[in-house]
Amino acid sequence: MAATKGEKLLEVSGLSMDFGGLRAIDNIGFELFAGEIVALIGPNGAGKTTVFNCITGIYEPTMGDVTIHPPGGTCRRINGMKPNSITSLGMARTFQNIRLFPAMTVLENVMIGRHCRTGSTIIDAILSSRRSRREEKETVDKSYRLLQKVGLADVADEFSRNLSYGAQRRLEIARALATDPFLLLLDEPAAGMNPQETHELDELIVRIRAEEQVAILLIEHDMKLVMNISDRIYVMEYGKEIAQGTPREIKENPKVIEAYLGEEVHA
Amino acid sequence: MAHFKRSLGIGLWFMFLTLPLMVVRVNTISREVEWRWYNLAWAGLCAFVIAWFWQFSIERRTARRAQVAANPHPAVEKLSLVQRLADDPVLSRRLLAVAAVVAIIFPWLVSTGQNFYHVNVMVSALIFVVLGLGLNITVGLAGLLDLGYIAFFAVGAYTYALLSKNFDLGFWTCLPLGGLMSMLFGVILGFPILRLRGDYLAIVTLGFASITKIVLENWDTLFGGAAGIANIPRPEFFGMALDSRQKSVYTYYIVLALVAVTIFVTNRLKNSRAGRAWMALREDEIASVAMGVDMARTKLSAYALGAFWAGLVGVVFAAHNNFINPDSFTFMDSAMILAMVVLGGMGSILGVIIAALALKLLPEYLRAFAEYRMLVFGAVMVLMMIFRPQGLINNMRRKYEYDTAQGGKDNGGN
Ligand SMILES: Nc1ncnc2c1ncn2[C@@H]1O[C@H](COP(=O)(O)OP(=O)(O)OP(=O)(O)O)[C@@H](O)[C@H]1O
Ligand SMILES: [Mg+2]
Repeated sequence: MAATKGEKLLEVSGLSMDFGGLRAIDNIGFELFAGEIVALIGPNGAGKTTVFNCITGIYEPTMGDVTIHPPGGTCRRINGMKPNSITSLGMARTFQNIRLFPAMTVLENVMIGRHCRTGSTIIDAILSSRRSRREEKETVDKSYRLLQKVGLADVADEFSRNLSYGAQRRLEIARALATDPFLLLLDEPAAGMNPQETHELDELIVRIRAEEQVAILLIEHDMKLVMNISDRIYVMEYGKEIAQGTPREIKENPKVIEAYLGEEVHA
Repeated sequence: MAHFKRSLGIGLWFMFLTLPLMVVRVNTISREVEWRWYNLAWAGLCAFVIAWFWQFSIERRTARRAQVAANPHPAVEKLSLVQRLADDPVLSRRLLAVAAVVAIIFPWLVSTGQNFYHVNVMVSALIFVVLGLGLNITVGLAGLLDLGYIAFFAVGAYTYALLSKNFDLGFWTCLPLGGLMSMLFGVILGFPILRLRGDYLAIVTLGFASITKIVLENWDTLFGGAAGIANIPRPEFFGMALDSRQKSVYTYYIVLALVAVTIFVTNRLKNSRAGRAWMALREDEIASVAMGVDMARTKLSAYALGAFWAGLVGVVFAAHNNFINPDSFTFMDSAMILAMVVLGGMGSILGVIIAALALKLLPEYLRAFAEYRMLVFGAVMVLMMIFRPQGLINNMRRKYEYDTAQGGKDNGGN
């Protein structure tokens, strides 16, 4: 799945989403290239999570196009596709309000991510066929390796509900990576983390980009993290896109400063 | 001290409440009023003790909750006895072997001559064990609340009854057919309704069960109406003639084999790609689909597989009873099976087996208390929900073997 740097992966244009009379996002357009970390920022309620939900098929957008160009694959318009189909095409996400499987172990949580990359049927499982055994082993090995990567290997057999907040967020990242994505969408991965954890997350994200060869689309309120690791930033307010550019450009953009009342951006 | 006061209050209150019932009795023959004051003392004492114990338990539970909340990341969760047994492969294998041997020689232990009452009781109980384990796939593993599970049992039973009556098909041919027929019903019903969640799904399945029962009751020409279908042949044994005791014992072994197969299959599935997907859907639908689990297919497979077991064992039920009518397939039975899954612990095989045996065998052998059955049943349910909402036995998760060497830093493996 390795993409050559600079290749376009995702293109969103004219994206709008209405909830009844409320236009939560309005004519949003952006694109994302291989190897990039792109941040989507904006005040609370700006519509960032809604953008994610539209891209990943949780919502069907009211208007606009979402097109993906999987590396080595053909380009496809994915509006209205089911979330699981979109995931198997190579986009995986984490959730702002952590959504793990609490009564399953940490390892099993990651193993679910392998579901769309394996194909053993119920019959395979009952007969413990060769295919099923091979896939099980691969699934366990790959999942465990991802746990090592995010630093959760020593709690692999714990129930995921017993993990700390920060650990749960890292587990979500590992689970998303298990689906072999070319694009990883992180919704506020640092929310609820202490400065130390945030700092480690910062390194983790950069490391994941390099080692797993994924591009990353990031929603985050922690400006230090965003400014540190993003290549480009899009800013939203009240559902509209108000600015885009490199971290430096964004920091100096008067509209952005106004949207944030001039406080956090200088952090 | 606060407990003492409250318990005392509750005791007095109960003495007051039960006064007219327990104390005053009019002897209609001698036309006298008897005052049974000693009953009052008993009522007060019992209420006092129960109230004390109740408060004590509640307090202990609150304390434990607080402790868990204060320490959200415990190094190890406290292991239950069963969990520890299961972690010890030698011991658990031995226990399993003992259980298997007892189950196999059971008919020879309890039946002498022509007395095979206990074998028949056990057959009925084991039928419900299979039903419990089947519903455990749908409700316990996949989290699809099905209040009409008994309908699939009926489909299996009537499939055998009709096929043997009209086409002279034998038990062994009908066994898989009954299962497949139920499965087909499960799929047909499942397609439109599995988009529903929780309560809505429960209501539709409830409706499906009622419709099934009404159809069975009213379509006289095909299903025999309320009178049902009689003279259903018993399972045949290589064409040999068996006396009724041998037939019962034979059926016992058939159901026992079914139980074993169900356990085996559920166990395999629990730790498989499909089983994990079911559990993930149970835990969080949105997260599952976002991780690539096909919701419609996965739910349908769990629903159909659960229905399959009900159909299979429905055939056995019809063969065992010789006779079926719609009264064997009421909502009470659906509720009973669901209670087995919930009391046993959602998803836990051992728990469901224990609960199924307890719920079927205790009422059978405690006939003296038959009038209080529902009362006790209700009380047990309420107490369980308060003190052990996760069921008798926690759903244990398997520890997978993994190669810890690969990335270096780690020590968590086994
Ligand atoms: N399912 C929904 N139904 C109705 N309104 C919704 C729905 N989801 C989001 N909204 C609305 O859309 C707007 C954007 O919400 P969204 O969650 O996308 O914001 P956000 O930028 O992610 O905010 P935050 O930083 O707080 O996470 C909000 O006004 C919200 O109330
Ligand atoms: Mg959000």
